[in-house]
Amino acid sequence: MATEQTRGLGRILIAPAVIALFVWMIVPLVMTIYFSTLDYNLLNPGSESFVGLENYFYFLTDPAFLASLQNTLVLVGSVLAITVVVGTLVALLLDQAVIGRSIVRLMVIAPFFVMPTVSALVWKNLLMHPVSGLFAWIATSLGLRPIDWFAEAPLLAIILIVAWQWLPFATLILLTALQSLDEEQKEAAEMDGARAFSTFFHITLQHLARPITVVILIETIFLQTVFAEIYVTTGGGPGLQTTNIAFLIYSQALIQFDVGTASAGGLVAVVLANIVAFFLVRIVGRNLEA
Amino acid sequence: MGRITLEGVRKSFASHLIIQGADLDIEDGSFVVFVGPSGCGKTTLLRLIAGLEDVSDGRILIDGANVVGVPPSKRGLSMVFQSYALYPHMSVRGNIAFGLKMAGLPKSEIDRKVEAAAATLNLTPYLDRKPRELSGGQRQRVAIGRAIVREPKAFLFDEPLSNLDAALRVQMRLEVTRLQRQLATTAVYVTHDQVEAMTMADRIVVLNAGRIEQYGSPLELYERPANVFVAGFIGSPRMNFIGNESAKRYGAATIGVRPEHIKASRDGEGWEGVVTDAEHLGSDTFLHVDIAGIGNLTARSIGEIGLSAGDRAHLLPDPAHIHRFDADGKALHA
Ligand SMILES: Nc1ncnc2c1ncn2[C@@H]1O[C@H](COP(=O)(O)OP(=O)(O)O)[C@@H](O)[C@H]1O
Ligand SMILES: [Mg+2]
Repeated sequence: MATEQTRGLGRILIAPAVIALFVWMIVPLVMTIYFSTLDYNLLNPGSESFVGLENYFYFLTDPAFLASLQNTLVLVGSVLAITVVVGTLVALLLDQAVIGRSIVRLMVIAPFFVMPTVSALVWKNLLMHPVSGLFAWIATSLGLRPIDWFAEAPLLAIILIVAWQWLPFATLILLTALQSLDEEQKEAAEMDGARAFSTFFHITLQHLARPITVVILIETIFLQTVFAEIYVTTGGGPGLQTTNIAFLIYSQALIQFDVGTASAGGLVAVVLANIVAFFLVRIVGRNLEA
Repeated sequence: MGRITLEGVRKSFASHLIIQGADLDIEDGSFVVFVGPSGCGKTTLLRLIAGLEDVSDGRILIDGANVVGVPPSKRGLSMVFQSYALYPHMSVRGNIAFGLKMAGLPKSEIDRKVEAAAATLNLTPYLDRKPRELSGGQRQRVAIGRAIVREPKAFLFDEPLSNLDAALRVQMRLEVTRLQRQLATTAVYVTHDQVEAMTMADRIVVLNAGRIEQYGSPLELYERPANVFVAGFIGSPRMNFIGNESAKRYGAATIGVRPEHIKASRDGEGWEGVVTDAEHLGSDTFLHVDIAGIGNLTARSIGEIGLSAGDRAHLLPDPAHIHRFDADGKALHA
């Protein structure tokens, strides 16, 4: 895209795609905005009426909103921390020349291919079940009292499941980055008298700054919308303990059949996502600059 | 202090013997160049000295102490890599200071040393830049700065100039030798370029397929090459080798004459042949002459001698500069 001509041509060529994407995005957005100003309940269809910003007021003052906002932030933050830290360690491990490395790599990546509903069910019934789960069996074998995960630490249970699902993604990106680290840089550090930890801290970790940023940005986008794992395991409970914004909107729309409030909630979620993205890009985004 | 001694050093990767028994004594303060064709094991030998590879057999002594098994960071050597291997996220200052920081020096002393090194290498205006904001020559200087600032026992250079353009290479060649003489620190320098080797070295190690073919001063290698390989590798254009009948008359399996020791003329004494190519450099002329029963020989004449392709020419070798080799390629001395 060096010359005026190629730039102009480029614009013309991508125009159809941009227009299609724009329509694709704008139609649902406008409809959501429209619905969010209506008193629209699925239980008495045909009786919609314009209520202005009342739905927003209702959604934002609902005590469930603050609770689910907090849950969303805790969930996103914890999963990010776990996947980045553990992902870095696993990637470092896989970067070593271990026997059967290709098989181990495949196994590490596997969770990413499992559907969220399926993995949540596996965790719920095979691993975390207080009677028949593997964790309960381990606890009992060690003479400890098994934990009833979804009753005693429901949010932690969800965090573990989601972190397990996203660990492969982080590992994969960080591993690729590690493999592109120039071996000679590490050797130069070694000649400069750096020990293993200093080399990791001053060379490897600096090299990983950019991929870690990418992992954080992408995961943040997807982790705000975690839904299946909650739906399958706790249904948002007990109480509101595992309800995040996505689940709250779902329960507004399809448990209370209140489309208007759900639409308002959806728009609030869009605004929140943008606020998070704004701060995130401010904090970590400078790593992406060349 | 920086005397490096190699005793029967061998190195194999898997089942391939890459270094087949190197014995070498590098004196303190000397500039030693490893030269040889690509893939002959120069880098491997240098990395063995640095400690970045483990020896398969033999001993490496630095100032008399065996360093086999000693990690690179404890050997007191510093290395300039072919790729420079600068730390991309650190400024020039950070790059040069890194080794001192790792050694735990106080900040004021680090600053003083970094600034002194930068001044020596004309890097002062660039201290706060990142490596990617520097030209190739400047990066090269940073790599050298990183090596000198730690005041090591010896510098190890792995083809440090091979990524620079020709003019800069000549300039850096002079600067590196000048710097080394000024610091009087032992230097081991790897290159595949025999001109670099001849101009920079106090002593040259010629390597071929993992063997040391000869170890000596540049002039020794030029005047008394130990074998056909060294004779052919040192000197440009390459030495002419003549087998068969003509060699037998000198009592050798092969004789060698350097192009500069062959006198070419339009009509005169010597072997007669046809000029196939003539390279006119102005200062010199390289003539490639086909001679029946001997082959294609190269002759170098000073200035312009007015012969060009297609002309007939006579070539007369200087008898005082004929090198004789036996059937195994070893030099025969009268
Ligand atoms: N880590 C390694 N594993 C296997 N073979 C290697 C390794 N390093 C170098 N070699 C082999 O050793 C030989 C010498 O390599 P090197 O020392 O890099 O040559 P040079 O620097 O003279 O060009 C080459 O044939 C190369 O393929
Ligand atoms: Mg090499």
